[in-house]
Amino acid sequence: MTTETGRGAKGDILLTMRGLKIEGQADDQWHVIVHDIDLDLRRGEVLGLIGESGAGKSTIGIAAMGFARPGCRITGGSIVFDGIDLRAASEEEKRKLRGARIAYVAQSAAASFNPAHKLIDQYTEMPVQHGVMRKAEAEAEAKVLYRRLQLPEPETIGFRYPHQVSGGQLQRAMTAMAMSCRPDLIVFDEPTTALDVTTQIEVLAAIKDVVREFNTAAIYITHDLAVVAQMADRIMVLQYGHLVEEGIAREMIAAPKEDYTRRLLAVRSFRKQGQAEIDRDKPLLRVENLSASYGGTVMVLKNVSMEIHKARTVAVVGESGSGKSTLARAITGLLPPLEGRVFYGGEEMPPALKQRTPEQLRRMQMIYQMPDTALNPRQRVRDIIGRPLEFYLGMRGLDREERVRELLTMIELEPDEFIHRLPGELSGGQMQRVCIARALAAEPELIICDEVTSALDQLVAEEILKLLQRLQDELQVSYMFITHDLATVRAISDEIVVMLQGEIVEQGTKDEVLSPPHHEYTELLLSSVPEMDPDWLDNLLAKRAAAS
Amino acid sequence: MDKILKMVAQRLALGLLTLFVVSLIIFFSVQLLPGDVCQEILGQAQTPETVAACRRELRLNLPWYERYISWLFGILQGDMGRSLANQREISELIGKRLGNTFFLAAFAAVLSVPVALVLGVMAALYRNSPFDRIVNALTLSSISFPEFFVAYILILFFAVQLGWFPSISNVSADLGFWERIYRTALPSLTLMLVVVAHMMRMTRAAIINLLASPYIEMANLKGLTRMHIIVHHALPNALAPIINVVVINLAYLVVGVVIAEVVFVYPGLGQLLVDSVAKRDIPVVQASCMIFAATYILLNLTADVLAIATNPRLMHPR
Repeated sequence: MTTETGRGAKGDILLTMRGLKIEGQADDQWHVIVHDIDLDLRRGEVLGLIGESGAGKSTIGIAAMGFARPGCRITGGSIVFDGIDLRAASEEEKRKLRGARIAYVAQSAAASFNPAHKLIDQYTEMPVQHGVMRKAEAEAEAKVLYRRLQLPEPETIGFRYPHQVSGGQLQRAMTAMAMSCRPDLIVFDEPTTALDVTTQIEVLAAIKDVVREFNTAAIYITHDLAVVAQMADRIMVLQYGHLVEEGIAREMIAAPKEDYTRRLLAVRSFRKQGQAEIDRDKPLLRVENLSASYGGTVMVLKNVSMEIHKARTVAVVGESGSGKSTLARAITGLLPPLEGRVFYGGEEMPPALKQRTPEQLRRMQMIYQMPDTALNPRQRVRDIIGRPLEFYLGMRGLDREERVRELLTMIELEPDEFIHRLPGELSGGQMQRVCIARALAAEPELIICDEVTSALDQLVAEEILKLLQRLQDELQVSYMFITHDLATVRAISDEIVVMLQGEIVEQGTKDEVLSPPHHEYTELLLSSVPEMDPDWLDNLLAKRAAAS
Repeated sequence: MDKILKMVAQRLALGLLTLFVVSLIIFFSVQLLPGDVCQEILGQAQTPETVAACRRELRLNLPWYERYISWLFGILQGDMGRSLANQREISELIGKRLGNTFFLAAFAAVLSVPVALVLGVMAALYRNSPFDRIVNALTLSSISFPEFFVAYILILFFAVQLGWFPSISNVSADLGFWERIYRTALPSLTLMLVVVAHMMRMTRAAIINLLASPYIEMANLKGLTRMHIIVHHALPNALAPIINVVVINLAYLVVGVVIAEVVFVYPGLGQLLVDSVAKRDIPVVQASCMIFAATYILLNLTADVLAIATNPRLMHPR
């Protein structure tokens, strides 16, 4: 089953790219987005492509299938897969290769499975359409692979629709689907990026296992060096479509040659210095026994109590569905809690947003995960930041203009250059800075940051964290920092609240929570964060297997 | 499944409520029609006395709410009253003509829905090709011409010059099926030309809209054929908007046939409605309008239910 006749032996060259050049369309013009990339992949080898957004890693990965996304075109170089020149091949020839010999696993399985069909039908259509197997055979095979990938109820899970299955299970079902024709090469395009850390581990382990078992070559695309260190034999580091560095995974992690690689490796090394004293009797925010629900009988928030003190940062950590964003919504009154009370600066706040006075609203501001959707695309930076100045502080005309410029300087954007811009003319990091300025404009004492760095590239995210920290040191503002990313927690928090299924399972100062003994769930969460050590995954799985 | 039954029951109840509101609107707007039925009937023979006697006999002298209530209860019991013009039972008058109207609408639907869907899918498949452009241009021009214009053009070519079809769609109960088809060909064609564009363009847009989805890219990268991707992956997800536009057009085929029926002198409900308005035959106008409204509401209800039935998230909850 693992080796078939007619397919070369392990170690033979499977895929070669020479001088690959890809252009992308923006503003009616074609720009080169991948510059002269050379790539070699041998049978059974796993090659990691790593870089930030705009590095071209995904574009290169898909080009290995002879495919360019709409708005992109391959304009130069050669792509040879197992002796077949993909640039010269006809659409029909390429179609026959795709799925059958080169398969693809997408970033978001939830979006990449067709919502209208059952999982197993989407599995079987590939071998059936390519004439590899009949439907009944393919179904039987699917169940074997589902079991192999440790999906629950492998006999029946395939007969569910995508929305009936969890994200981590979907990603494994998609890996199974990619395996269905026993391809020579699978392109994994950020397969675990959208998953929680504890789920990520299961998927990584499953992928690693089947790739080894079937001796499949793989291109593994990710922005996370720690993840790629677990999966890849060799790594290519990319930036702006250029190759920065290429090497054996272990060697590169141990001794990166280029400065950019070193920066990627060192990301998350930022640590907050010093912290404000706590006045135990006078918390800025006190939440007592808060419970909330989205109109249903299911409680999303159960009896949550916590405090935030002046000039301190409280990180609220948890996986998706843990209720951490709901907690923010309940505190701000966006979702009036069913039970419990919120005290702010010693004063009890009305539960619903509408009942609060402008002054109460002013003192608590929020920054969101997606800066592009949080900003009105038709408003210029001047008006985005000026609006809260007018609304809360009654500033107009020159006063307002001056204050907007001051705020822009505070968030390290040159006022003359940025004040006229629309959100569409800003990068992701710059947009998030504008969101921060908008929150600061109201001169709040507490800013609730809901996953504010999750949508940003790692290096950009780190800059934002540093900015937030500097602002705290200067303005003595407090943060409630909602995140699923433990590295961010380590970087910025003073206190940590760990949430699971709407409840707080552990809370305390950073040192208390992060050093043993841990609560069981905190332990699981902490141990699931990938580390740079290439043996980390194998060791962890062995340890967990031994413990259970 | 229970959920869906509950849904249907809810929509049905809402539909009845809508129909009730519609009955009020119809009743009052018909009262606003100028002229008087007794003056129409009596013509030259009218004197103040004869008109007053006529009004008494037709119960037009009663206050509006009494007439509305007795009309409404009559309808609830299936009794639509008698025509003021010729004293015949309205149900009898309408029955046959309603059948004719439905026949014409069904014929036009059978022609236009498959054509629209196939053209829409093909246009999406060969997007921006000459085929796509030609289909778009043709359907757009056909929808841009007023119905009566299309009808007279068709008559000019197919009835007058080529002589293939009759220009008057005169049908009666004893006509055979194929003879009936032959005689209603031109009005059906007229209706089809009017509705195809809308349905075809919606199908095309709904499918193209989906072609940018990650699961379509996935299907491409699975090496499936274009046809398989469009029919198997895009179409099922585009069904909800397509069903909606198809049903709206079906409703139009029933309700909007007035012009086509008049041009082709087809004995359908639309023509009856036009005649009755001219004769101030108020009960017939009201009854026809109620039937049109009920058809419209029922078809929209069907669209809602079908849209739910094609959504796996609702059909197969977690």
